[in-house]
Amino acid sequence: MEPLLKFALDLIPGLSQLPHWLFVTLVALVAAAVLFGFASVFSLFAIWLERKVSAHMQDRLGPMEIGGWHGWAQTIADALKLLMKEDIIPKEADRPLFKMAPAIVFAAALASFAVIPWSRSFIPSDMNVGLLYILSVSSLGVIAILMGGWASNNKWSLYGAMRSVSQIISYEIPISLSLITVVLISGTLSMQGIVHGQEGNLLSWNIFRYFPFMFVAFVIYFIASLAEVNRTPFDLPEAESELVAGFHTEYSGMRFAFFFLAEYTNMFIVSAISTVAFLGGWLPPFEFLSFIPGPFWLFGKALFLVFVQMWLRWTLPRLRVDQLMYTSWKVLTPFSFALILIVSFWRVLTL
Amino acid sequence: MREYFKNIYEAVATILVGMWVTLRHLFVPAVTVQYPHEREELPPRSRMQLYVNIDDCIGCRQCERACPVDCIEIDLIKAGKDEDLGLTSNGKKKPFHVIRFDIDMAKCCFCNLCTFPCPTECIYMTPNFEYATEDRTNLNYHFANYTPEQIEELVKREEERKAALAKAKEAKKPDQNA
Repeated sequence: MEPLLKFALDLIPGLSQLPHWLFVTLVALVAAAVLFGFASVFSLFAIWLERKVSAHMQDRLGPMEIGGWHGWAQTIADALKLLMKEDIIPKEADRPLFKMAPAIVFAAALASFAVIPWSRSFIPSDMNVGLLYILSVSSLGVIAILMGGWASNNKWSLYGAMRSVSQIISYEIPISLSLITVVLISGTLSMQGIVHGQEGNLLSWNIFRYFPFMFVAFVIYFIASLAEVNRTPFDLPEAESELVAGFHTEYSGMRFAFFFLAEYTNMFIVSAISTVAFLGGWLPPFEFLSFIPGPFWLFGKALFLVFVQMWLRWTLPRLRVDQLMYTSWKVLTPFSFALILIVSFWRVLTL
Repeated sequence: MREYFKNIYEAVATILVGMWVTLRHLFVPAVTVQYPHEREELPPRSRMQLYVNIDDCIGCRQCERACPVDCIEIDLIKAGKDEDLGLTSNGKKKPFHVIRFDIDMAKCCFCNLCTFPCPTECIYMTPNFEYATEDRTNLNYHFANYTPEQIEELVKREEERKAALAKAKEAKKPDQNA
């Protein structure tokens, strides 16, 4: 039985009286709603956090008014404003594509939640090809970005979309290659299996194994994942000083909000993947801390990585297009190939 | 090949240096002044709004003449012979009723030139800068403290005085011609 169904039965035993199809649909719908809610609330929180972090890094205060304590309700007010704004579609835009793009970009982001293990017993779907599924689904978002950029019928949007496509295609390779080293170590593609392979204390996490090679693999994955979610210093697709807002120049109101939501959800997703692959997922750093439930650890580690993403964003300037390609093809890709060779030899020799 | 590895090393090292700088600034107290809630004390000589202490004004019109944009407008009525308007705080006699002393802050260019010639130092700049209004006419500040009735009476008296003076002159004229 799927672990999610088992989890639901453990929670509410009465569900087993329902017909099986109704039970499955009900659990799936509730899980989707919960994850959607989590993604939205996390995005609201992360946007607020980003504004606070950026402000304090520049010795400012950031939002301070709405909600009282350090402007905590600022993003709620912003979201309400975006919801109530007029939905503008350019006259020359390709309407169906233009309308579909935000939905697809967010759906692709949300789909990755399906294989993220939150604790020993809670994972929406423990596929045996979990990592492969993540890699394929997370590159789906680029189609939506291209759709949005193309359908806007605007040169800036098209440039942004084209940059995004070339960037994501280039950075998919170091991402996959650095995750292959993880697969080499754990011998499974299942996300839950990867976490189980790191059981023990801090030093048995993948990042500290085969030192320093897995650490380098982690850094490569982190850099490439920044490019994958279009964050600074790789935010060429929406480079505001050159391309207005890149692929979402023509979007406003709710559709723009969905692009924004997808960006922050993606930030969490790539952080959660690197947490699962390198930082022990929901495992506590020390055995005696295991009384604290798994979701806390997964969320805490992922949040820390999200913070590092913000930290980098407010530290580094944007790369040039040629520098972007250089970083991917001439630095990250050869390095991750070398890492695969070294780690597999080491693995075979110590087997 | 050496260049390649040196580049990578430099990239990583400089990024770490930059991250250290931003991390340090994360814990530096912000320099923001939360304006409506807290305000900074402006220096006492800041030129924000003109103020006239009308009790000290002797009606010499020097500020009106000094103003390069004509934002000060003064109307005077001479005091009567046996009328005593009192003294200013630095002991000067007040020879005029200042029936109008208007300063249009919408026109004012904050040059401070009007304050220097004032013999009693009754016109000066204050640090108050929060006098924005929705109507430009509200920026015309009236400093004279005469009621309209008083002004009417004074104007009438002045006209009568002038008429009497003209009459006296007229009466004198034939004498001179003769």
